[in-house]
Amino acid sequence: MTQLPASVAPLIEVRNLSKSFPGVRALDNVRFDLCAGEVHALMGENGAGKSTLMKILAGVYRMDGGEVRVDGQAVDIQSPAHAQALTIGIIHQELHLMPHLTAAQNIFLGREPRKAGAWLLDEVRLNEDARALFARLNLHMEPTTRIADLTVAKQQMVEIAKALSFKSRVLIMDEPTAALNNAEIEELFRIIRQLKSEGVGIVYISHKMDEIQRIADRITVMRDGSYIDTVPAHTPMAQVIAMMVGRHLEQADKAIPDTSANEVLLDVRGLNRGRAIRDVSFQVRRGEILGFAGLMGAGRTEVARAVFGADPVDSGEVRVAGVPVRLRSPQDAVNAGIGYLSEDRKHFGLATGMDVAANITLPSLSRWLQWGLFLNKAAIAQVSREMVEKLRIKTPSIHQMSKLLSGGNQQKVVIAKWLVQDCEVLIFDEPTRGIDVGAKSEIYKLLNDLAAQGRAIVVISSELPEVLLLSHRILVMCEGRITGEVRGDEATQESLMELATRREVAAVE
Amino acid sequence: MSTHKESARPGLLGGGQAKQKLLAFASLIALIAVFTVLKPDAFMNRDNIIGILQSTTVIGVLAIASTFIIITSGIDLSVGVLMTFCAVMAGVFMVNLGIPMPLGIVLAIGMGCVCGALSGLAITKLKVPPFIATLGMMMLLKGASLIITNTRPIYFSDVEGFDQIALGSLIGDLIPALPIPNGVLIMFLVAVVCAVVLNKTALGRYTFALGSNEEAVRLSGVNVDRWKVIIYTFAGGICGISGLLIASRLNSAQPALGQGYELDAIAAVVIGGTSLSGGVGTILGTIIGAFIMSVLINGLRIMSVAQEWQMVLTGLIIILAVYTDNLRRNKK
Repeated sequence: MTQLPASVAPLIEVRNLSKSFPGVRALDNVRFDLCAGEVHALMGENGAGKSTLMKILAGVYRMDGGEVRVDGQAVDIQSPAHAQALTIGIIHQELHLMPHLTAAQNIFLGREPRKAGAWLLDEVRLNEDARALFARLNLHMEPTTRIADLTVAKQQMVEIAKALSFKSRVLIMDEPTAALNNAEIEELFRIIRQLKSEGVGIVYISHKMDEIQRIADRITVMRDGSYIDTVPAHTPMAQVIAMMVGRHLEQADKAIPDTSANEVLLDVRGLNRGRAIRDVSFQVRRGEILGFAGLMGAGRTEVARAVFGADPVDSGEVRVAGVPVRLRSPQDAVNAGIGYLSEDRKHFGLATGMDVAANITLPSLSRWLQWGLFLNKAAIAQVSREMVEKLRIKTPSIHQMSKLLSGGNQQKVVIAKWLVQDCEVLIFDEPTRGIDVGAKSEIYKLLNDLAAQGRAIVVISSELPEVLLLSHRILVMCEGRITGEVRGDEATQESLMELATRREVAAVE
Repeated sequence: MSTHKESARPGLLGGGQAKQKLLAFASLIALIAVFTVLKPDAFMNRDNIIGILQSTTVIGVLAIASTFIIITSGIDLSVGVLMTFCAVMAGVFMVNLGIPMPLGIVLAIGMGCVCGALSGLAITKLKVPPFIATLGMMMLLKGASLIITNTRPIYFSDVEGFDQIALGSLIGDLIPALPIPNGVLIMFLVAVVCAVVLNKTALGRYTFALGSNEEAVRLSGVNVDRWKVIIYTFAGGICGISGLLIASRLNSAQPALGQGYELDAIAAVVIGGTSLSGGVGTILGTIIGAFIMSVLINGLRIMSVAQEWQMVLTGLIIILAVYTDNLRRNKK
């Protein structure tokens, strides 16, 4: 525990905090401090209890025991409104904005300025107040823009402005850069520094080490619901990671196998869809891991969804092991042996209300029927258990509801369902998004094993180190086109970034 | 890492929501207890109990059909009128066309399947939301029933044994002291078969999966449209069974009947703990829900509560039932 400066009273003091959910002890004897004008990073693997701690501070959950002090006063935060009254604001990973309302309307939702004896809404003052907030953040944004017309980064700025409109002195940010590109991250950091200078205390939850070293003052590490330690941000990252995972992490060593003579499993030719996908062609061989790099919105996810038949295309041809596949529905793709792991597990990957076994056997259900009609529950349970063991999915039982699993384990359930279906081509879209460091290396190893077994793997990732670590070959996209191809062992972050920003103007011949 | 503590395995009639069924069942028992204490003779006697069973059959079977649709997070407003339409078609087949009863029954149920399939196709292929598609189907079928019959009832007097489908008593023939009508038997048979379908077959698994996360199901390579049509077809067939039950009980097909039954069916489903937002529900809960409604109406009638007040109380009970269910859910 690093000593706090004696003169500064902490904004928030948490002592011996505990919280349980049915079957899970989410927090056990946790401590945490936040001072005015500091950025305090909270780190830990998924399921370590970071989000639970923050949701207690934000009034989403009630604590079971322990002590929370705000400005030295012991409080029991009862509701989000109570948290707001205590000047604690939170920006969730998933933004909570109404897409059809304007930025200003979102910011002041429920607190709209009134006129005519409070009978009518005062839209003029509403927009003025919002504009004042944006000015304070040095943001160039029109208060009357609809949220749906803003980029994710701008939407996040609206959330920050909203939190500030409550005069928040504590701002909790949960993975704020998950959906931002580099320029947008810089903008976010500029705003964070400004808030810091105004005395706002910021809790910063992130998995990205380099960001934390740049922006944070102190790091508190949690593991399995317990407090581990609080260290200065300049502590060597290897040490922080060791604290997070409780062991030292080994880098997967990289040797690119020669797959050039192998059969082409996935062959995509001349794929086109509006402006999102423009003349995309590529091949993946048996045993090969092909990486897709590029900035947000470069068209990588669109290509994946098109190859999988999830979105219609204007033109293009896909062959699996030489056999043409109709691009009409995911069913066609699955029948051809293509599996797709979406970047957004909660919306597209998992039926979160169903148990682990039901999710694992969802694509392959027809194989688990007796007389083509009745579910063979014994066989379903057996294959699910095998997968739980093989992928080391942490769950009390195969009948656990999937929404109760942590992000990393949910991802493993999604991988399991495609392994059971025995897909030969697997497309991973952001396979480690929101997944902690320990689970990340497990998933990397899994991908390498799957390739070594003779599958063709496509990996889309916005984290360049991840692409570099995994891929045998890397394709870079920009504005819907493939702008370059690099061998995995020759690529550098710089060379990939250069290709990822090679816009069309430069490419016109 | 992977500990297999087997907990709360879904049972035959259940889906891992034992507590919720317990609550509904306890309310039913409490209701029966209250009426038994207040009117021991008039309520707790054999004929009245058989009356309650009999009056639950039609809504009970319709509610089972609705359970499937509601678990997919859909809604079917046409079930009541579809029931009538199938009754009318049974009359057309057996009375007007003189088709033998067994074949007539199959054809009438088949008409239910066809109409269900049409709703399903409108929802999947024309992308009309379930509420609107089945609202349209409801109006369309009501008109069709009136046109076909020229607004007059079709009587089954000449169809030998038709009234025995609902009113006969196989049990009573064996045990004269227990004249439980066949209609009741049929309802329980439909319930058991549907509970098996819901919990033990692919159709049931996809019913829950669609209600839980339709997009994830689609991206699992499942033909979502096909399964939705199959589910609506299946539910339509069950409405057909309900149509035969009501036609047999009245020994006639009444073309103007049926509207409003869909709401009673939906009420029974939600009282039984099935969530209108989909992904959750049981057949046993629905049956208990249907009995709660009919016991309530029967008991209030015996206590000479005016029909208007019966409606008011039923409305309150529905809201109360869903409220307590929410309380239980939020506690978790």
